[in-house]
Amino acid sequence: MNAIIVSTLLGVIMMFCSWGVKSQNAQKNIALIGLLCLIIANLAQSNGWYEFNYDTKGMLLFSHFGLYSNTLLFALTFIYVWINGEEISKLSNAAADFYSLIFFILCGVSVLTSFDNLLMLFIGIEILSIPLYILTGADKKSMISNEAALKYFLMGSFSTGILLLGITFIYGANGTFHMTSTVIKLSTGIAHEQYLLSAGLILLFAAMNFKVSAAPFHFWTPDVYDGAPTVFTSFMATIAKAAGFLAFINVFSTQYKSLTTSWTLLLTFVILSTLLVGNIIAVFQRSVKRMLSYSSIAQAGFMLFALYGKSDIAIEGILIFAVVYSIATMGIFAVLVKMKENSFEAFNGLAKTEPLLAFATTVFLFSLAGIPLTGGFFAKYYMLAALLKAGAGLWLVIVAVVFAAISIYYYFKIIQAMYFTAGEPAIHLVSKNYQYQLLALAILLLVLGIFPNLLLNYLYF
Amino acid sequence: MSIQYYIYFCLALFSIGVVGVLTRRNAIIVFMCIELMLNAVNLLLVAFSKMYYAMGIKGGVVSNAGIDAQIFVFFIMVVAAAEVSIGLAIIVMMYRNTHSIDINFLNRLKN
Repeated sequence: MNAIIVSTLLGVIMMFCSWGVKSQNAQKNIALIGLLCLIIANLAQSNGWYEFNYDTKGMLLFSHFGLYSNTLLFALTFIYVWINGEEISKLSNAAADFYSLIFFILCGVSVLTSFDNLLMLFIGIEILSIPLYILTGADKKSMISNEAALKYFLMGSFSTGILLLGITFIYGANGTFHMTSTVIKLSTGIAHEQYLLSAGLILLFAAMNFKVSAAPFHFWTPDVYDGAPTVFTSFMATIAKAAGFLAFINVFSTQYKSLTTSWTLLLTFVILSTLLVGNIIAVFQRSVKRMLSYSSIAQAGFMLFALYGKSDIAIEGILIFAVVYSIATMGIFAVLVKMKENSFEAFNGLAKTEPLLAFATTVFLFSLAGIPLTGGFFAKYYMLAALLKAGAGLWLVIVAVVFAAISIYYYFKIIQAMYFTAGEPAIHLVSKNYQYQLLALAILLLVLGIFPNLLLNYLYF
Repeated sequence: MSIQYYIYFCLALFSIGVVGVLTRRNAIIVFMCIELMLNAVNLLLVAFSKMYYAMGIKGGVVSNAGIDAQIFVFFIMVVAAAEVSIGLAIIVMMYRNTHSIDINFLNRLKN
């Protein structure tokens, strides 16, 4: 509750800052301080110190897992603003507006990690999505940014319609929007009542897949990620997506066992097509930004493994995957934002001119590919272990590993360009400070790759 | 009247919305079709709400059964209004740059 209220307040404060505070740097610093306050407020709640305590009639349920994932996502946002603050300022002279939208998104995130009612799921998803539509179109003069915003908006609201129809069907069959508490079951008298429930769940599943860009519903992702300003693509692909996954798992793993047999089949189909589409199409991309958007689809396939069954290792896995994937993606987008163009050739010979930057990029790409010693290895390892623990076939694990191997090809194309191709990199001037920030991110990834428990121990106390 | 009729009617409305989204080329009309989808859902929610209310009365259970669906309808209307404001802003922004709201223009990102 603390996080929901504090983030909304901070959003409003940032809105006023856009005309009260003129200095871009001051705006960034206010946003950073606000994020720290948000993290503290959330930590206070997880230690049993409720600043705001309302009776939500069971609509929100604050679990330790939800609060901890809140903390992690807020910390990731802190890192995001800390690194990308300057780039955000360049987009507009009222950067505080963007920070305020980011705070509203964080409000959506904290609803999505704690909802226990389908109404709250809907509200959370909308609070998350609506500011994202605006951020996608942040570059008002650019045609492709406009186009991406309109596309994202139309498809996003279309999927909201599907989500609502699903929720309504579930309500029609269950008589309640609550997910965990049971109500007195009345016989509805609808013929084929169980079909209504299944239809509702499938529609809900489709809409959630759309939000996390899993395969049959991924078609908007490359265009939107490509068209949006790179700094905001970085935000969309990391924090917003991780929140989507947390909500997805909250809906489908706590409740709704009625689909058990066909559920596995459906999920397997979605995972396989996500891995296939993401990895295979990424191989043929010539733009790094577009390649990264397909790679984010491929990584979503891995994150979906956590849905197979709720076990400790699946919960640990989704957390570490979300954090590690977010850090690595944020890092690689932070490098990309400094490039003059998005092609692979722009990276040619980067190791010669900017060795520090090239090293950090290499670590990010290693982590995305899942090479040992980087965080990405443990993330993938936990997900596969969760899959086995949930009783899925070994063949699925093997297929996943094969696709991970394919992903090495397109990630390493950048490394090859940086280290083994001579040429002049098309890069803007990168300040030393920025390089050290990226290096710190890379070191964080390496630390998580050796001691993943640093992150996971807090889950239990 | 049996609830089935409401379900079929709302599904028909919803399908009209979906077909409109998939076939129309004018951004505003696509947008209207999305609103039609949301309103079909609203209607269905109200129908279910009434159904549970009637059943609650008949079964002698609490008489406020089904009230949550009506509250949900209000939330959908509020969120739809928020979406309209954002959507129209985006469409206006696009119109300023391209002087058209035809979504066939949305193909720059393909190549």
